[in-house]
Formats: sequence, structure tokens, C-alpha cells
Amino acid sequence: MTAVVHTGLLTARALRQGARIPVFLVMNLVQPMIWLLLFGQLFRSVVEIPGFSAAGSYLEFITPGVVMMTAMFGAAWAGTAFVQDMDRGVMDRFLTSPTSRGALVASTMVYQAVVAVGQALVVLAVAWLCGARFGSTPAETALGVLALLLAVVLLTALFSALSNATALLTGQQEALIGISQLVTLPLMFLSSAVMDTRLSADWVADVARYNPFDWAVVAGREALAASPDWGVVWGRLGLLALAALVVGRLATLAFRTRQRSA
Amino acid sequence: MPSTRTSAQETAIAAVDLRKTYPGGRGRPPVPALDGLSFAVPAGTVFALLGPNGAGKSTTARILTTLSRADAGTAHVAGIDVARDPERVRRTIGYVAQKPVTDPLDTGRENLVLAGRLQGLGARTARTRAAELLDRFALADAADRLVRTYSGGMARKLDVAMGIVHSPRVLFLDEPTTGLDPEARAGMWAEIERMTAVESMTVLLTTHYLDEADRLAANVAIVDRGRVVVAGTPDALKDELRGDGIVVELAAPAAAPAAGSAGPPGELVPDAGPALADRVTDAVRACSGVREVHLRGRTLRARAESGAAALPAVLAALDAAGVPVASATLARPSLDDVYLRRTGRTFAAAQSDAPGSSAGDDTEATAAGVAA
Repeated sequence: MTAVVHTGLLTARALRQGARIPVFLVMNLVQPMIWLLLFGQLFRSVVEIPGFSAAGSYLEFITPGVVMMTAMFGAAWAGTAFVQDMDRGVMDRFLTSPTSRGALVASTMVYQAVVAVGQALVVLAVAWLCGARFGSTPAETALGVLALLLAVVLLTALFSALSNATALLTGQQEALIGISQLVTLPLMFLSSAVMDTRLSADWVADVARYNPFDWAVVAGREALAASPDWGVVWGRLGLLALAALVVGRLATLAFRTRQRSA
Repeated sequence: MPSTRTSAQETAIAAVDLRKTYPGGRGRPPVPALDGLSFAVPAGTVFALLGPNGAGKSTTARILTTLSRADAGTAHVAGIDVARDPERVRRTIGYVAQKPVTDPLDTGRENLVLAGRLQGLGARTARTRAAELLDRFALADAADRLVRTYSGGMARKLDVAMGIVHSPRVLFLDEPTTGLDPEARAGMWAEIERMTAVESMTVLLTTHYLDEADRLAANVAIVDRGRVVVAGTPDALKDELRGDGIVVELAAPAAAPAAGSAGPPGELVPDAGPALADRVTDAVRACSGVREVHLRGRTLRARAESGAAALPAVLAALDAAGVPVASATLARPSLDDVYLRRTGRTFAAAQSDAPGSSAGDDTEATAAGVAA
């Protein structure tokens, strides 16, 4: 119960402060649109390659990919908030008080999820304006979007936790830059986000099958398809949830490691 | 059980033989931070850990507030073992770190309300308490401004208010006035004095300011290289130096000392040779209860069991010797004198040693690096 209240309080703090930097807000909304339009134009004709499995336009193919890219790249920076709190005495104040450790981690996840869901809705709206269509009936479209957003939330939770754990263990902004450059970019290209992996080398397709980022892309794309295979959607969402739980737990344990080395 | 004791002189903080060594890393030797540090703080009093940078003060505070763990030794806060039951300790204490503990992108009020809520206060109680503290710390006018617009002194006052928002039984203040200008420091001292009078709590203060410990603390432990060198009330520590300092400025007789004069530099009256200086010191030394008479330039220093009793006799003796007096002052011995006597180095020297790279002295810098 305390953990839930604390998560609420700390999430409110993050949202309040996010809103105090309007530039952040604007950049967070503009960036996914740039991805969408850039990749959409750059690779427009790949759908014409024989063997490309997607039925619709390339824009429809990459929309879920761009949604997940935006969510993952944003969440990889979640630890920045911890680094800032550690640079000041704010983290020490939390840690010497009854503040729930789980809530500290969970609040950054919730904050990132709120931002990522907002970004996802913007991407979907822009894609729709550019002519992309998802689902076959309005009800199915709504259901598909909800499933996609759930994938966004789980992916965000997973990468926020990873970023938080890194922040707690290293206390360095540089380490977070490392994560986003060395981990997220390869994960993005080793997935079906912008390219059908059936057209890539076999090993890429193999790796993608174990890539949590690809789980989110596949779940989101399948949920938006004309006739979704819900077994695929729920299977990937389940894997994502499991991964988020495990890494979230590890991030909470990182507090203890920190105390031992402090 | 220590926690069930109800005697008047309950011990709020007890540290026994704390030891802590930070790993050196990359071929550097391990850095000892605490080397068997022990002290006890009676409940309801202000206790100062006084020492130069790197003495181990902050490491001690971090162990007592559950941020860090000691390699050996035991520590109890409000009767609770910090290693065994850190969660209960956290519900009992307030901690104001050396670094700012507030959020620059929140207002003063938002900072206080959030701190209160996280400490378990209800929404309404937290708001009331925040308003009360903003008033008391004279921050009401700035209450709804972002903290990043605060001056250093205001921000530090808010830091202290954050530490007591939940009326903790034990408050840790880690160098509350470091980096403040003298005026802000004096203001902070007044706040801390008022605060400890209003809220009946135990305060552990770490400081490298001698005058701060002297002014605020009922008891002081002087810490050097990870150990308590000596502990007691500031007065008792100074009393062991026995007596007061007497400083007499002699007025210039006919010829003032000048650069390049024949006599050795710093002599009272060059033309008179050492004779006059001897006459002065002999006259003062003859006064009963006066010891350690030194004359340097026109400044005469001596110690006396009771300065107030000895001063008239000293003045009379100087008058009889025909030496006019410009001013006379009595000075109680300072903690600086105590520090010098106990550690063999002056406080200022220890302080300026601290940033150096020798193992014992950069302990806290390393500690901060590890913790960061």
C-alpha cells in the first residue's frame, strides 16, 4: 500500500517537473514524427521486394516499429533522473527515509510509460493522417491500439528498469549513454522494426526471436493487423511482462548493492 | 533491550568501534576511513563530530543513517541496531546530507510536502507542517518559487527544514553551513538553535568549523584519521588547557620599532635593547598565577588560571615597569588549541592537508566517489 502511494507521489513529481521544461515536451512529440516520416520515405519501396510479408503499405509496416523505437529510446534514459538525484543529496534523502525502493523504480517506469503512450498516440495519429489504416473494424482497431499501448508500457518498464539499475550501480551519466548507444541501437536493427527479418540474414531473424524489443514490435504489429493472430500478441506480451518483472526486481536489488559499496 | 530503557539520560546514538575501509581499486591501496571510532550521544542534546575533511565524519554519518555499512563495530540509533534493522532506523531519523537534498525543479513547498508524505504524513498534515516550517525558517515569501531560484543560504535552510518535516527523534546534519557566507552561517546557527529548542530531538552535527561546534553543541568529539581523539563538552575540553589567555597590546613608547633598526626584529624598543623586554616579561611573570609569558613585538601573551583575577595585577606590574598599555583582552582557549594539543597539528594545517593525495586524508573524497 505504502509502495503504491509512494509511486503515485514520485510519479507526480516527475510529471510536474517534466511539464516545467516545455522544450522537453515538444521534443518528445516531434522526435517520433521525424522517425516516422524519415524511415517512411527512406525505405518506402522495400515493400515491393519479393518476399516482403506485410500486406499493406510500408508506412503501416513501420508505424508499430517507430512507436516501439520511441518508447525504447526514451526509457533507456530513465536512469538520468536517478543520476541527477544522486548528484544532489536527493537520493540519499530518499534512502534514509521510509521511501519505498520499489516505488522509486516504479515511478520512473510509470512516468516513462505515460510519456511513451502519449508519443505512441501521436505517431498513430500522424500515420493515420498520412494514409495508414489499422484493423478491419473500429472495434478491432481500438482493441489493437490498446494491445499496442500495453506493449509500449511493458517495453518501457523493461528498459526503464535496466537504465535505473545501471544508474544505481555506476552513478554515471556516461554509462547511460553507453546503454543507449551500445544496447538499444543494435537491438533496434536486430529486429523487424524497420525491415522484415525474413529478408535479412538468417542469424538476424534468429537473434530477433530472443530480442525483447522485437517482441514488442511483433506484438504491436500483429495487434494492428487486419486479422490479428491474438495468440502471437499475447505470447509476446507475456514474455515482455516477465522480462520487465525480472529486470525491475534486479533494479530494486541494486539499491542494496549500492549500500554495501557506499 | 536498549530501546526499552527509560532513564533520563537515555543514549540516542551509540557508536562502538566502527571500522570502515574503502577499496582502493586499480592498484591503489585501500583507504581506511574509520579506525575504531566510538562515541555516545545523550538523548535530546546536540552533539558535534568535529574534524578536518577526510577525518571520517561523513562516513560515520552515512553508516548511522543506513546509507553505508561498517566493516566492523556496532551502531545504535534510538536503541535500534542500524545494521540489523535499517528500516526501523529510517522511520526514526532525519538526514540532511552535505549536498543539497532538495529538488531544484520543485518549489520549496512542493519539496516539503513530498518529503512529509514520503515520511508517512497525510496530505493535509504534510501541507500544514510545510507551511509551519516555511514560516519558521523565514521562507514563506519564497515558498512557491522553484528552489533553483533560491540563494545558497535559503536553499540550505530549506534542506534543514526537509530533515525535520516529520519531527524525527534523531536528526543528522552533515556540515550544514559549509559553503555559506558568514552572514548566512550566522543565520543558520540561529535557526538550528531555535529548532533544537522547539523540537525536542537529538542532533548529530558534523562540522569542520570549530566555532560552529563550540556554539551549537553540548558535547563535542574531535575526530582525526577515523578515530575520536577526545570528547567532552566544549568548555571541559578547553578547560583542560587550564586557564585563559591574556593578550596585552603595549603602547609605543618614545621610539617605535622600525624596519632596518639595529635591534633584532620584533623587539619592544630597539634602542633599549633586550633589557626593556626582559624587564617587562619579568614583571609580568612575577604576578601570581601567570604562566607562559611571551613577548613578541608589542604583543604580550600569557596564560593564567583565572584571567579575570590576574589581569589587574598584570596591568599594575606593567605600569610599575613604566610601560604604557594600549589594550588588554582575555581569551578563553579555543577548540583550535584543543585540536592542536591532541593531534599535534593545527586545525588549519589538517584542513589544508585534506585535499592532498596521502591515503588517510582523502578518505571522504574517495567515499563520495564510491557512493556517487
